[in-house]
Amino acid sequence: MHRIGVFVCWCGSNIAATVDVERVVAEAKVQPGVVFAQDYQYMCSEAGQNIIKDAIRTHALTGVVVCSCSPRMHEATFRKAASLAGLNPYMVEIANIREHCSWIHKDKEEGTEKACVLMRAAVAKVTLNVPLKAGESKVVKRALVIGGGIAGIQTALDIADAGFPVDIVEKNATIGGRMAQLDKTFPTLDCSSCILTPKMVEAKANENIRLITYAEVEEVSGFVGSFKAKIRKKARFVKEDVCTGCGVCMSKCPSKKGLNEFNMGLNNRSAIYIPFAQAIPNVAVIDKEQCIKLKTGKCGLCEKVCTAGAIDYTQQDEFIEEEYGAIVMATGFRPIDASKFDEYSYSTCKDVVTSLELERIMNAAGPTGGVLLRPSDGKHPHSIVFIQCVGSRDVSGRGKPYCSKICCMYTAKHAMLIRDKYPDVEVHVFYIDVRTPGKNFDEFYRRAAEQYDVDYIKGQVGKVYEENGQLVVRGVDLISNEQIVLNADMVVLATAIEPDPTARKVANMLTASIDTNDFITEAHPKLRPVESPTAGIFLSGVCQGPKDIPETVSQAGAAASKVIGLLAKDKLTTNPCVAHSDELLCNGCSCCEKVCPYGAISYDTKLINDHGVKENRRVATVNEALCQGCGACTVVCPSGAMDLKGFSNKQIMAEVDAICL
Amino acid sequence: MSVNGNLTAAPAANAPAAEWKPRIVAFCCNWCSYAGADLAGSSRLAYPADVKIIRVPCSCRVNPMFILKAFERGADGVILCGCHPGDCHYSTGNYYTRRRMALLFSMLDYIGVERGRTRVEWVSAAEGARFSKVMNDFVAKIRELGENVKVGDLRCKE
Repeated sequence: MHRIGVFVCWCGSNIAATVDVERVVAEAKVQPGVVFAQDYQYMCSEAGQNIIKDAIRTHALTGVVVCSCSPRMHEATFRKAASLAGLNPYMVEIANIREHCSWIHKDKEEGTEKACVLMRAAVAKVTLNVPLKAGESKVVKRALVIGGGIAGIQTALDIADAGFPVDIVEKNATIGGRMAQLDKTFPTLDCSSCILTPKMVEAKANENIRLITYAEVEEVSGFVGSFKAKIRKKARFVKEDVCTGCGVCMSKCPSKKGLNEFNMGLNNRSAIYIPFAQAIPNVAVIDKEQCIKLKTGKCGLCEKVCTAGAIDYTQQDEFIEEEYGAIVMATGFRPIDASKFDEYSYSTCKDVVTSLELERIMNAAGPTGGVLLRPSDGKHPHSIVFIQCVGSRDVSGRGKPYCSKICCMYTAKHAMLIRDKYPDVEVHVFYIDVRTPGKNFDEFYRRAAEQYDVDYIKGQVGKVYEENGQLVVRGVDLISNEQIVLNADMVVLATAIEPDPTARKVANMLTASIDTNDFITEAHPKLRPVESPTAGIFLSGVCQGPKDIPETVSQAGAAASKVIGLLAKDKLTTNPCVAHSDELLCNGCSCCEKVCPYGAISYDTKLINDHGVKENRRVATVNEALCQGCGACTVVCPSGAMDLKGFSNKQIMAEVDAICL
Repeated sequence: MSVNGNLTAAPAANAPAAEWKPRIVAFCCNWCSYAGADLAGSSRLAYPADVKIIRVPCSCRVNPMFILKAFERGADGVILCGCHPGDCHYSTGNYYTRRRMALLFSMLDYIGVERGRTRVEWVSAAEGARFSKVMNDFVAKIRELGENVKVGDLRCKE
């Protein structure tokens, strides 16, 4: 017979304030199969766990129900406690009476009633639980980092330092990412390249790191500990191991009308190019859409001038297949398209630029050699207006509902740098709020406003337009409650940042959860911020949410330490809640095989002993190492042979019964 | 069908409003909607206590039998929540759910369990507010429809 123990947690006052825990205990005691019930203030504490362990031993419990917080929080804790007391950990069920009950209901009567129902459902389920045994699987001691910006580089360096091989897959021709495009970094104003490029060089030199640039991950299969990835290395039309990066080809190339992506399209580049001087690898690449030779077959100048003989117009995409124990997403961000907010005339006026474009204009390696010149006529501007929150904190649906976090600080930086270098330039900043939570951030902003005399105006801009060749900014000053009209020589838009468009594709491949803004969801927002709910997938940098460089670097290190922790293990325990086919009931129809997303189901002809009649039948077999336990197969099975351990048909039916009682 | 509709509505209109509380079963997938419900909880976004959640690994785990069983046992509404299309933790599970439930709900409607009593909703782990809103809307709809008497097993009522 079943001997079930029910443990009701108060969670301090979190549960006890809206649920009469004593009534839940009293109700539990009269449930069929329940031999013991008790409440305690904090079940998850050591004392609370001891109550469970003692009860399992003294009352020889065969099943445990803990009425507490969400199973996503403490299921693992209580399972572990049960197994320490000698009970199979899968004989534990959680009734979620905090998140799904006490926290959302104000009325104690209502809350208590619902808690009793949830407890009853969990008891009904646990009577049908069977002991399950977790299997073991191998760990491939190699990590994959997708994205070669500062997040990916830092994660890879940390993993490599711990002695594990790691591959960085970068879609562009060089690693470095967005940080390579920046001029100075706040709040210390050190030069971005000066701190990034040594890290890029280190990544190339580290013998545990393999850089796979100009490449994209095409397919991922497998699971934590043994993923298989197929990587497409796009044809560069330049032999990577032969090119010396001398750059002669770039100067001779006659096709020079390509937009320079690195400079945000502010100037042009040749069809064969090295993205920037410090690129790693320092190897040229041919833009096949732009190259005359590749498009028409005539030209071939670069091949003639290349003394190393590195040009190869016949190069094809290559595929690399590799196994990995862990995968880190570091896919980064891009600024949103500012032409969506055309009241600011971004698409029509050349002198309306985004902050990242200004960053290139201010950069010594940028299109103007670091001299502040306006894009339309190359003249020195005398008045610059910055507009904050372009597309950030926008609930209209045109922009993003979230705060992009970095804009207040980089605008203060831009304003300060401009005022420092060109004291004759007037700088105005329109803002909704100035948000400066960070070490030395507020001091930095105050320096811009007070010491450098930057004119901060609280209010929004309604319109930017050109009138007789002059940019006019119309806005409102909310403090004096007055309309403001300013003439400006340049307008800079602090555009919202959004996850790189590849993030969604990559997340789908990895089956990593993603939110409505395309940021990757973490396993727990506070307690597991660098892990995806999908085991073996880790998050680094802005792909998880907006962050600045110091935060990105610390998160990258955190992700690396999680990866190292995983790769250091020799074996992993697998989820035992997998599908199982009853060979006696299986009619060999193949329905389950077709819906399985993991190819975990195969058909074999087996000798089946059906109540004394022995015959060869074609039956389904589940590969438990591949099955992830979604249960798709259980629903399509017409004969009811397929069931899911831990969430069996009978268990769920019992829950339905208990709830509808 | 209109006759059936009237029959369904009649007992609810006569029943004393204070006594009847709808029984609502919500199946939530472990990865998105269950986490969304957790977030609704930790954000203290209230919805009626009539909703009771059953955790399933994926919305595609929900066998139509479970839903029929719920109505047989006297449920007044059944809602099934999963990850947004394209975001399924198991890649394709919610596509199966979507197609399967379209058929099931139309069959249920045919036998007298109105469309409003059954629903599929996509709620991500980050959408606590949406979870709460969906549940409030659904309960309001069920209250409007009244008690479900069509496929309930009368023996369960005694």
